[in-house]
This record gives sequence, structure tokens and C-alpha cells, in this order.
Amino acid sequence: MFITNVAILVLAGFVGYAVISKVPNTLHTPLMSGTNAIHGIVVLGGIIVLGLGEDLSTLDKGLLMIAIVFGTINVVGGFLVTDRMLEMFKSKPAPAKQADEEQK
Amino acid sequence: MSAPLATSFIHSSDLIAVLYIIAFSLFIYGLSGLTGPRTAVRGNRIAAVGMAIAVLATFLIDGMGNWVLIIIALIIGTIIGIPSARSVKMTAVPQMVALFNGVGGGAIALIAWAEFNDSAGFADKPLTFIIPSLFAAIVGSVSFWGSNIAFAKLQEILPGHPIGAGRVQQPLNLLLLLIAVGSAAAIASGETATVYILVLLVASALLGLFVVLPIGGADMPVVISLLNAFTGLSAAATGLALNNTALIVAGMIVGASGTILTRLMADAMNRSIPSIIAGGFGGGGGEAGAEGTGEHGGTVRATSAADAAIQMAFARQVVIVPGYGMAVAQAQHAVRELATELEKRNVEVKYAIHPVAGRMPGHMNVLLAEADVPYDQLKEMDEINPEFSRTDVALVIGANDVTNPAANTNSDSPIYGMPILNVNESKSVIVLKRSMNPGFAGIENELYFEPMTSMLFGDAKSSVAEITSELTAL
Repeated sequence: MFITNVAILVLAGFVGYAVISKVPNTLHTPLMSGTNAIHGIVVLGGIIVLGLGEDLSTLDKGLLMIAIVFGTINVVGGFLVTDRMLEMFKSKPAPAKQADEEQK
Repeated sequence: MSAPLATSFIHSSDLIAVLYIIAFSLFIYGLSGLTGPRTAVRGNRIAAVGMAIAVLATFLIDGMGNWVLIIIALIIGTIIGIPSARSVKMTAVPQMVALFNGVGGGAIALIAWAEFNDSAGFADKPLTFIIPSLFAAIVGSVSFWGSNIAFAKLQEILPGHPIGAGRVQQPLNLLLLLIAVGSAAAIASGETATVYILVLLVASALLGLFVVLPIGGADMPVVISLLNAFTGLSAAATGLALNNTALIVAGMIVGASGTILTRLMADAMNRSIPSIIAGGFGGGGGEAGAEGTGEHGGTVRATSAADAAIQMAFARQVVIVPGYGMAVAQAQHAVRELATELEKRNVEVKYAIHPVAGRMPGHMNVLLAEADVPYDQLKEMDEINPEFSRTDVALVIGANDVTNPAANTNSDSPIYGMPILNVNESKSVIVLKRSMNPGFAGIENELYFEPMTSMLFGDAKSSVAEITSELTAL
């Protein structure tokens, strides 16, 4: 099981490399923000450990709840802020003054 | 464990595996969408859908309990996350990313800590569980505290210049790393006392603080990117410990992409990642900053908005060089208005975007896009540099180190070798700046003392607005 997971890990590393090495400079900030949101997937870890824990102490429950709160902030905030950033690149069919610009 | 809930024809663990596969396929597909400005918005949303699927799949795991606590935590996180992402100003995005990255790392460290407590010090866990968990605890903790310092520096809660212990910094950091790894080794070899995990977490927290504190603000984008990669790697480690494919794949993709991004940024600044981690420019304590100051006997020529307006009105080509100063002053809309006014007078306007202008690669593009500046007017460094010799006026708005000719000419300069925008090749340079204070790298800019350079002091936004109104009055 562990070795299979290590294999997946290594392959995922190459996929990450292949996908991301093609991103143009101008999209680096949104990309950083987007990948940042994706590692918010740790929220799953919190959910699993809290969900499957049988006799967790109050401390541990508290720690895991904070972990889930943190992970959720990471995911929700991360995707939203990336979305806001990217919306600004999408301003192609924007107001008429832009069209004037392009005729010039 | 309670009895399996799934009575459907498909075993629930298979269903979960399938959903996870769909989820990380969406991550990969979404990220590849982020490679182009047209597909980026969709790409990000696709990745978000993947995340939702991954969370839902996790709810299907057999024998899950503590639903109330989980739901409450998810709701609290959402309530905090949405408004902070919605209300953050575009100029403050870099520190917001740092903060979101930090909480991710914090979550990882907390999970490892709770696991340690719950299993009575990893008592009867295999090493394939213990080692990834300890790795996640150390790296997650470093990432949490390091990101918070990065946030505090960019938000100017802490001063941007390097804060460090000078010569003892490196040995101190090494000692902290050894303490953290030593505690990890003790736990892995069978120690179960709580004190070990606490020492591990505290030592890694201090390491995170002490590694980022001495780094100057100019290097902060690279640091955030590096910490982003770290958080990804520790998420992947958590995935190994929990035997969770979604965590492994998503975490590792972030780890790989973050590493590449970090290298690209460091390359653009002609800085090596180890030398950034080793501390602020010149190795710490602001020594390098002190060297540059006061060396110049040269004089600085101040100008007025009216003069600047006249110069630009009769130029054929004006290149605008935006920097962090434009971001701070929120001047992007004013800049856009100025450009429109110039174009009415048949002046060719271009924007020169240095890869690390602002606080992150692409920072300037985001701001200018917000102000509806046409995408094709934004020129990257390699594209615009040959143009400066044909440029009548270069208007530098709150950019400093990326225009410093010392990077080309002065081998003693701490930024020697960094690719810069060759602003000094244009016929005339107008620099909008708040004061003569040096930039984030803490070094003086020789450009300001050149004969073709004139300075317009003041807040970038009001200066630009003044120039525009002078221009309309002409």
C-alpha cells in the first residue's frame, strides 16, 4: 500500500511539473493563488481524522476542528481570491472605450 | 468501527476512490486551464469543483462520526474565508495568499499533533505512518509561522527590512532544525511522551519565524512561493500517512508547481533560492543597505506635473514602468486615464512589466487589468528592453530596484546581475516617487542621479492625476 502511494506521489510530481511549466509569467500570481487553494485539500485530512476518531480527547477534537476551519479558509478563500484576480484578465468584451483603443 | 453503511451495488470504498480520481483529474485539468488568460477563470472553477467532489467523497467514508463538529468547523471556515477573500483589495492579494497558505500549513501541523495524541504517541503505528506524519508536522509548522511573518511584513505590521541576529542566525536556524528533526527521530524510534511532539512543533515554529524574519521584503514573493510548495509537500505527506490518494496527488502537484514557480521567480531576480533563505541582501542585518547610502554626491532634479505633462504630450512613445508604488497608491485607474489622454494626442503608450515588479510575478498585470488596460499594451521585459532607446519618455511609477542601472554596471552592488528594465536608455525619465528613500532592497538607485532623469515627488495617484489634468489643460 505504502509503495503504491509513493508511486502515485512520484507520478503526481511529474504531472505537476508538466502542467505548470507551461504557464506564462503574467499568470504566475493567480497560479500561485490557485495552487495555494488546492493544497487546502488538507481539510480532508482533518475531516477523516475527526470523523473516524473513536475516543478523541477534548483537546484533540479542538485541534482537529481548528484544522478543519483552517483548511476550509484555505480552500474557500483561495479559490475565491484566485477567481477575483482572474476575472480581471477576462475584460475582453469590456466597455466601448476599450474598442476605441484597439482601433488605434 | 461501525458496520458499513453502503448497501448499494457498489462498494463505498470503490465509489470514494472513483470520486477521488475524478477530483484530481479536475485539479489537473483546471490547472492546465490556468496556463492561458482566456481559460484561466474556467480552470480555477473546475479545480474548485474538483475540491467539492473530494470533500463530498470523504463524507462517504465508512464509519464517520463527529458530524456536528465537522459541519460546525466547515461553516466557521467558510464564514471566515468568503468575506476575507471578497473584501481584500487587489493590492493586498500577495499577503492574503501568504495568509491562506499559512492556515493550510497550520491545519497540517494540527492534524499531525492530534494524531500523535490520539494514538498515544504513535505507539503502535508503522513507520510508514509515523515518518510522513512527523515530516508533515515539521514542514506544516514552519509554513504556518513563516507565512504569518510574510503576511505581517507585506501588510507592514512588521518592518519590511531584514530583521535578524546577524552572524548567529545561521547556526541558530540549524540548531532549531536539528532539535525538530531530533525530536522526530526520538518519536520514530519509540518515544511516546507528549513533550517530544511539543518540542518538535515549537522548534519548527521558531524555525519558520527565524527563517522568514531576516528576509527582506523584495524577496518575499519567492518566500511565499516556496512556503506554498512546502505546504503542498506536507499535504502529500499527510496523504501518505492517511492513505488518501486525493491528498497525495493534490499535495504533490502543488509541491511540484510551487517549486518550479519559486525557481522561475528567483531566476528573474538573479537570486539563488539558498541565498534568499540565508537572509536579506548581503547576508543579513542590513549591512548591504548601509554600503550604498551616501555614496552619491550627485544631485537629483525635481520636476513639476506641468513639466511632465508637456514632455509627454510631445513625445512619440511613452513607456510606463509600474512598480509597487503604483499598487500602494492604488494608482492603476489614474494611470489608465493618463494613458487614454496621451493616446488622444497620438502618443504611443506601452507598459513595461518587470517579472518581479510589485510583490509577485504578475502583480502589475492584475492591477492594470483591473483598470482595463488592454492586455497587448503590457510588454514583458525582453520585449520592451530594445524599445527604450526609441522611447521619448519613460514614466517610472513607484518602481525602484527593477530600474537600477547598477544591476548592469556595478559589480559591487547587491543586485548586480539582476535583469532590469533599461529605463536609462530612453531620452528622458520621469520618476514618480514618494521620497528619496531607497527601495525594498535597501540600495540607492543610480538612475535618479542621471542627467536625463527628473523626479516628481508625491503620492503616485495624485501625481498621475495632476499630470493628467495638466495634460487636458494644454
